[in-house]
Amino acid sequence: MNKQIRRVAVSMVVMFLALAANLSYLQVVGADSITERAGNKRNLLREYSRERGHIVVADQAIAASVKTADVIAYLRQYSGGPEYAAVTGFYSYIYGATGIERAANTVLAGSDDSLLLDRITQLLAGRKPRGGAVVLTINPDAQAAAWEGLKGRTGAVVALEPHTGRILALVSSPSFDPNLLTVHNANAVQAYYRQQMRDPAQPMLNRPLVRSYPPGSTFKLVTAAAALEAGLVTPDAQVEAPATFQLPGSTKKLRNWQKGKCAGSDTITLAQALAVSCNTSFAILGDEVGADALRRQARNFGFDSNFQVPMISATSRFPANPDRAQTSLSAIGQFDVQATALQMAVVAAAIADGGMVMNPYLIDRVLAPDLTVLRQTTPTVRNRAVKVETATALTDMMEQVVSRGTGGNARITGIAVAGKTGTAQTAQGSKPHAWFIGFAPVKNPQVAVAVVIENGGGSAEVSGNKLAAPIAREVMKAVLK
Amino acid sequence: MQLPVNPELLGRRWRRQEAFLLSAVVVMMAVGLAAVDLSTVEHIQATSIRVFASVAVCAVIIAITMRMRARYADPFISPIALMLLGIGLIQIHRLDIAEQIQAITTAQPVPTSRAPMQALWAVIGVLALAAVLMAVREHRRLQRLTWTITLAGLAMLLLPLVPGLGRTIRGATLWVSIGGFSIQPAETAKVLLTIGFSAYLTRYGRALALLRARVAGIAVPRPRDFIPLLLIWLVSLGVLILQRDLGTSLLFFGLFVVVLYASTGQRLWAILGLAMFLTGSMIGWLLFSHVQVRVDLWANPFRGDGTSQVALGLYGIADGGLFGSGLGQGFPALVPFAESDFIFASISEELGLAGSIACLLLYALLVQRGLRTAMQLRDTFGSLLAMSLATVIALQTFVVIGGVTRLIPLTGLTTPFLSYGGSSLASNFIVIALLLRLSHAAREPRPEFKQMTFTTGPLPTTSPDEQTQAFTPVSDPS
Repeated sequence: MNKQIRRVAVSMVVMFLALAANLSYLQVVGADSITERAGNKRNLLREYSRERGHIVVADQAIAASVKTADVIAYLRQYSGGPEYAAVTGFYSYIYGATGIERAANTVLAGSDDSLLLDRITQLLAGRKPRGGAVVLTINPDAQAAAWEGLKGRTGAVVALEPHTGRILALVSSPSFDPNLLTVHNANAVQAYYRQQMRDPAQPMLNRPLVRSYPPGSTFKLVTAAAALEAGLVTPDAQVEAPATFQLPGSTKKLRNWQKGKCAGSDTITLAQALAVSCNTSFAILGDEVGADALRRQARNFGFDSNFQVPMISATSRFPANPDRAQTSLSAIGQFDVQATALQMAVVAAAIADGGMVMNPYLIDRVLAPDLTVLRQTTPTVRNRAVKVETATALTDMMEQVVSRGTGGNARITGIAVAGKTGTAQTAQGSKPHAWFIGFAPVKNPQVAVAVVIENGGGSAEVSGNKLAAPIAREVMKAVLK
Repeated sequence: MQLPVNPELLGRRWRRQEAFLLSAVVVMMAVGLAAVDLSTVEHIQATSIRVFASVAVCAVIIAITMRMRARYADPFISPIALMLLGIGLIQIHRLDIAEQIQAITTAQPVPTSRAPMQALWAVIGVLALAAVLMAVREHRRLQRLTWTITLAGLAMLLLPLVPGLGRTIRGATLWVSIGGFSIQPAETAKVLLTIGFSAYLTRYGRALALLRARVAGIAVPRPRDFIPLLLIWLVSLGVLILQRDLGTSLLFFGLFVVVLYASTGQRLWAILGLAMFLTGSMIGWLLFSHVQVRVDLWANPFRGDGTSQVALGLYGIADGGLFGSGLGQGFPALVPFAESDFIFASISEELGLAGSIACLLLYALLVQRGLRTAMQLRDTFGSLLAMSLATVIALQTFVVIGGVTRLIPLTGLTTPFLSYGGSSLASNFIVIALLLRLSHAAREPRPEFKQMTFTTGPLPTTSPDEQTQAFTPVSDPS
């Protein structure tokens, strides 16, 4: 009998060894290939169950993780709400992350290399790793002014500090409430997300960074810059300003928005042409400068490339192979020229900063969970867009736009403001976009701003002044006060 | 020259060892439950204290009963069983917390805790263990009840098929509902049939071993000797087809084949059994969708969105890695039936390979103690019974853990001592009681030996029976 029992014992040993070998494979050798499968929610849940770091604006957390009693352990709350949604983005269990939540995820989640020391300390203390905090460059007053100004409208505002590239305001309207995408109720989150995605007003679109518009007359600054750089004109030089301009090589005629001559005579100074936003003058100037010089100048301001703020912006475009008529139209910001609000803010900031393009950025510093500074962003030069003299000339002309031209609504008592209005024609039948870009004070500029209102209203150049300039004024006032 | 050891002292030493190991398990319970509570809700819960008290009560009952009724039994068997029970209880408690937290989050009604219920069942199981040790003073008496026990076992096995009694849960008809309570009679049948098979084959094994007929020059058993094997095969198929319970079917047939082999010593029976098992499996696979589904899930667990039961269990096991997430720090609630069929997956997740291998070693050690007892015993019935009991534990462990870890297709069976389930727990404690009874019989010093160490005068002339009674240990003086 014992012989049989021994044999039974041997088969039991084989069974247990098979189990042990299989477990060793599952838990050690092949573990990664199994845990990385999409059906496994653990890695995601683990990240979501960590104490995620704050997103801070001027010593106030606009996004913070609050401890809860459920499996996800922490609830992400956005005190910034819809006003800051274009900045923070959201961090959803179901839909992943956007905005700073996504761009700075490794820091916020605590998995960044710079947080290694903190992770080890936490591990030794038997606690879960925590996330670091991200302090933003946003000026809360400017952000609030922009948000107030855009209320009830569709559009975007970007404000920059010209000398550094710090983003002072970044607003998209209409917006969404990121709090409703982070609640720990999958059904509610799904319902809200779907509703936002179906909304024709596209509340979840990050307009200032990713929506491109024809820049309209604001692009005349680029054309003027190209002409000044080429030495073709000076601000005081007389330029043609006819009532209509026969587009070269085309049967079409370009008219002024004034429905006649821009001024009393057939020629006016360049400064005057910019002040009254004379279409024919800049179309003719664009034709003289040529497509290549225009494109080169546009590229020097950041067109045909993108910005990482750290979210990646959409690329603003200057058309690739325009004919002469198309070049003339491009010179006044029509045809296929496409620009984001961020891009136009960069144009204004570069002129304000003596022709230097600074890389725009949102993250001022990264803090460890114990609030020691891990990284401080230093402003970086992207490139020189125009010579200092050109920038000065452009600034002078822009000041006249506000002081006695189309941009009167941007005036601030006691402070010299430089700016440029724009009204961009869109598809036949829909209303044009209203633009204003500018900066203040003219001497030692502290803020550059771009405002765009989609399908804002009247076809006249005044709509840029009527709709966009007041918002720009309030944003600049908020920064300068 | 070594002095002969006083067997009284030997028995006492074993019980001391046992008491020490049982206390170690009780300490482990305190540490484990506290670890779960502190890493989840951050305070010690009242249910933890109740669970801990229940396990302590179990340990005390076992220690006392052993001193009274099985003082020479192996000192490792009961602590291993209690330890497995404890690991299961800690994990069930941990899952209770996970489910309650989830219910609170989603504003669902908070489910009742299962750990205190399981702990209550553990006390009932240990009382059943004590009762068996009290009632069955001599294992050979069970042999007289061969037919009663076998028939009772078969009846229990088929009980869920009685209309009005049986309840189908998750596609398998293996529960019987009595007054609101659901019990799994297959677990009771397991114990009864293990005794039945051993008793039957003790009596007829020799006859089956004789190969009297010849087919094409090869010695084979007589046709009538096939009847029992055929009968068990049909019953197993019946369980598979009518109750859709693959696990139980596999367990019983496997057990019968092993006992048949051990009692006859004929490899032919083992080969025949294996052939019939494969035939039965093929029939099941070809004809029944529930068998096909299980095999498909085994072959492709990650098919589709990768959220099949098997896949969800594997994610947990794999995520555990070498040392696991730590008690209370994993996500075992993501695994379906984490407290019952898949408890091994949730243990593997939170305790890692270290914990899962430790559990395997506990089972292996328990089986080894059983097989060792089988080899020590001098009577065929005792020997076969000890081996059968060890085999049942080993087979059940292999089938369920193998299923959860995708070594073999998943079949529904409880993990002995670990899984949530009262009838399963009680039955397993009865298995332990029988093993302890057999171990005591195997290790108890023979009367002559006792005589030598206790008397200095000439050998008494009383009969051996009277001697045994004369030296039946009285209650321990300590």
